[in-house]
Amino acid sequence: MTPLVSTGKRIPDYLNAAYGLKSWLFTTDHKRIALLYMASVTMFFFLGGLMAVLIRLELVTPQGDLVEPDVYNRLFTMHGIIMVFFFLIPAIPATLGNFLIPIMIGAKDLAFPRINLGSWYVYNAGGLFTMYSILNGGVDTGWTFYTPFSTTFSNTYVLATGLGIFITGFSSIMTGLNFLVTIHRMRAPGLTWFRLPLFVWAHYATSIIMLLGTPVLAITVLLVALERSFHIGVFDPAYGGDPILFQHLFWFYSHPAVYIMVLPAMGVISELITCFARKRVFGYRFIAYSSVAIAVLGFLVWGHHMFTTGQSIYASTIFSVLSMLVAVPSAIKVFNWTATLYRGSISWDTPMLYALGFIGLFTIGGLTGVMLATLGIDIHVHDTYFVVAHFHYIMVGGTIMGYLGGIHFWWPKITGRMYPAFWSKFAAITIFIGFNLTFFPQFILGYMGMPRRYHAYPDEWQVLNVMSSAGASILGVGYLIPMIYLAWSMRYGPRAEANPWGAVGLEWEIQSPPTAHNFETEPVVDKEAYAYTAEQGYVPPTKEAEFV
Amino acid sequence: MNFDIPLFPESASSLASQVDNIYFFALGVSVVFSVLIAGTIFFFASRYKRRRVDEMGTPEQTNMMLELTWSVIPLLIMLFMFAWGTKVYLESYRVPRDADQYYVVGKRWMWKFQHPEGNREINTFHVPKGRPIELIITSEDVIHSLFIPAFRMKRDAVPGRYNTAWFEATKTGTYDIFCAEYCGTEHSLMVGKVIVMEPYEYDDWLQGNKPEQSLASSGAELFEAKACHTCHRLDSNARAPILANIAGKPRLLQNGKTVDATDTYLRESIMNPKAKIVAGYQPIMPTFQGQLTEEQLLELISYIKNLGADQAQTPADPAAEG
Amino acid sequence: MSDASAVQHPKLQHYFHSLRQQTETVTLGMWMFLVTEVMFFGGLFAVYALYRSQYPEAFAAASSHLPINLGAINTAVLIGSSLTMVLAVWAAQTGRQKMIAVFLLLTFVLGAAFLGIKTVEYADKWNHHLVPGPSFQFEGADPGQARMFFHLYFAMTGLHAVHMIIGMVFILMWVPRALRGEFTREWNDPVEILGLYWHFVDLVWIFLFPLLYLIGRHTG
Repeated sequence: MTPLVSTGKRIPDYLNAAYGLKSWLFTTDHKRIALLYMASVTMFFFLGGLMAVLIRLELVTPQGDLVEPDVYNRLFTMHGIIMVFFFLIPAIPATLGNFLIPIMIGAKDLAFPRINLGSWYVYNAGGLFTMYSILNGGVDTGWTFYTPFSTTFSNTYVLATGLGIFITGFSSIMTGLNFLVTIHRMRAPGLTWFRLPLFVWAHYATSIIMLLGTPVLAITVLLVALERSFHIGVFDPAYGGDPILFQHLFWFYSHPAVYIMVLPAMGVISELITCFARKRVFGYRFIAYSSVAIAVLGFLVWGHHMFTTGQSIYASTIFSVLSMLVAVPSAIKVFNWTATLYRGSISWDTPMLYALGFIGLFTIGGLTGVMLATLGIDIHVHDTYFVVAHFHYIMVGGTIMGYLGGIHFWWPKITGRMYPAFWSKFAAITIFIGFNLTFFPQFILGYMGMPRRYHAYPDEWQVLNVMSSAGASILGVGYLIPMIYLAWSMRYGPRAEANPWGAVGLEWEIQSPPTAHNFETEPVVDKEAYAYTAEQGYVPPTKEAEFV
Repeated sequence: MNFDIPLFPESASSLASQVDNIYFFALGVSVVFSVLIAGTIFFFASRYKRRRVDEMGTPEQTNMMLELTWSVIPLLIMLFMFAWGTKVYLESYRVPRDADQYYVVGKRWMWKFQHPEGNREINTFHVPKGRPIELIITSEDVIHSLFIPAFRMKRDAVPGRYNTAWFEATKTGTYDIFCAEYCGTEHSLMVGKVIVMEPYEYDDWLQGNKPEQSLASSGAELFEAKACHTCHRLDSNARAPILANIAGKPRLLQNGKTVDATDTYLRESIMNPKAKIVAGYQPIMPTFQGQLTEEQLLELISYIKNLGADQAQTPADPAAEG
Repeated sequence: MSDASAVQHPKLQHYFHSLRQQTETVTLGMWMFLVTEVMFFGGLFAVYALYRSQYPEAFAAASSHLPINLGAINTAVLIGSSLTMVLAVWAAQTGRQKMIAVFLLLTFVLGAAFLGIKTVEYADKWNHHLVPGPSFQFEGADPGQARMFFHLYFAMTGLHAVHMIIGMVFILMWVPRALRGEFTREWNDPVEILGLYWHFVDLVWIFLFPLLYLIGRHTG
């Protein structure tokens, strides 16, 4: 296929298509909206991270001496709410997904550009309510809002925060709906389902969850608000209600939400591994189907959050075995990525470091997830630091590694600039080390019985907690380094070529950064994804990507 | 700082070693798989490192057998873990018949324990070694979770519901009790100690701290004080069902359904009497919502459960009893 | 693209190839949105189903306080509005622009009639102390459980009414567009998706009516 970069008169790229604040705030260009989202989620990431810093500082000593218990409870609650609803869920779909999906499928934009812009405003409106409650003293229910604590006992800003989450949920629905419709209806000629990049498949599965799960969260938050305001009784045993019902409704969304967070990261990893091993992915269809399988099975396992609530032992048994089944498609992905490396031509560029780190950390997160799904183990480690460590391995080790890997991979495409090779590798390794030092000790603490959300703890657990806090400071530094060099790169980084990595995919056939309409002539796709062979017309680059 | 780093919790119950065994198995599987995957990745990434800028990978197609193998093997291992884990879990739910019943009430932010002999404790719980002990756990306010790591035992204390758990301590000593479900300001101070004693020491301790009356006899007093006995009489033309010998047995309701008279049912029938009406009776009982503390409720339930065990009974009206 | 050479239709957005692709995309989007609505109401229906199966007597007793005749009239009114909505879509597809406005207005009137009757019902509940709150009184079954029924009744019908109001606002916004002749035989997506939405809202009521009004009837 001939490159689609227009050779005649130069059309301005999307960043230079228009200028001024209004051209950004009222843009309907999916690429600009992706950047708006990137700014917002980055802000929330550092806000949530700041709270994590305070949490880890408090836990350096066994006594609760740095902050009051009420402050500590607000810190971990807001950390959870901000990180889950305002960072992890939109992080990859709303930024990388928004930027890349139309380009990867050869479309000029998403199906509903104005809804896309609207989703960003809705997201920020939800964020404002949450910020309002933080500034007024925050909320102390835990991000899980368990009843009856949240409905009857907490006297913090539950309603404002709940409203924030309710509103933000709609931005998630808008994004998911846009992706699903776009992927269904707007693929370029010749781009059949099994020619789609796995990144698109992963987002397809993610969007299904967003569409089916988020409304249930919305109605749950609404019921909590009604219960709190009018005591309608559905969660209150005094009126014949059942507080456990809340947990069912909440986890019906919030467990699949974990897959909203990690599936897009898996999509990123499939792109990175193939590009930097310069090979077609091993078992394309298995990886594609496994994304959908995870999305579907993910809806059937919520009860594994309730093994100790006294729910029926038969229900527990079924939820346990279904939870194990979810691990199978996840394992298939890990094995296929590993097999892709076999006899590849492997480059150790920065994005690949993140990808390899992802596989390792996700493997540990997944295996500990299987342990948690095992009923006999869960009764001991449920609600302990073992769980905390497990989900951070999935969400931080998985989602954030995928996000950063994706950012470093597509940065030249998004900004048209390169970043420093040394510092980016240094940051990737720092993050990997800091992450493991932070969260691995928490597995040990958890099995010893340290419950989560504890402000003070017995003396003998101090050493492991200090290790964890030390790791957190390394991790914090690791996250700050990319902020600095990426900000630098936006202005001073050397110009990137259209395809610095020698990658295949429609996004690498257009200029960097792309023009406002992505494609000047409509692309026609005549080959499968990841066509890294000479027979399929792949020509490897003749020079290295130029870093700083 | 204490540099003697403990890495593993103490095991002090009959369940602990079972949980540990399956944990070690799962840990072993996890370590093997992690090392295998990390090692393979590292090996491939070094062995096939790109040496020339235009080097290409060797195309590889999908291998169906390989895919099936690495799908089925983890599945089988997981099913094995599932079966084993479920066996241990079911065991932790199967209360031995000879277990003594202790009541636990969680309240922000303390644990209250009631011995069958009537002894009450707060945040300290004396138990005998080697005797199975059943815990009936509830909460006065929000959801708590009774967690004793050394026993590998955890059960939520849910308001309006009685959850049961059991353990048999195997080692004397003092062990931590935690609240594992976040419950507000002093969640991390809702802790206590369980003190496992030799049975004879425990009996001495019970004698030394002898309360005025047992749980059931406190319940009996309450039963009269609240005038329950005026309707729940022993003769067959009473206005309310006879309560002797009903605990744990099926009850026929007005709507034709049958429910077991569990602790939760008894509680509901006191707090919310119109919810389930026994066949043959009128819904005339007033609610005791807000008039009884959780502990008083437990005393009443304990009294009702003991009815029939130590009282001569007039035979119940079979129609009323279903 | 068969119609690539055709003159660009003014309503065709630049990122679509053809009006047909655009219509298919927009319609699919509406269907997907309705799926989220199903899940949204589904959560509430699940809560209702759970407590109804737990407290069948109280729910039946409380249900018998709902005016079945008003509920039935409202069902008929709403089905009628679905018919006028279908006619509006038909008018759009056949290019009868004045008729679109007429049928949309008729739909609006029927929707307003529904809400009017609903208001009468709500006022009736208030007068009979059946609105949960300090003045709530209920004789017969367990008042706590009956209270839960009425809460769910207000939550479910209230949420349904909110959806009706949103639909009616859009109907009113579409009427001047129809009169301006914006909706043509070639392009009438807004009418079509508004119709889909309206039918969905009707369908919710078709479930609400038996669940809330008729449950006590079969047991007498």
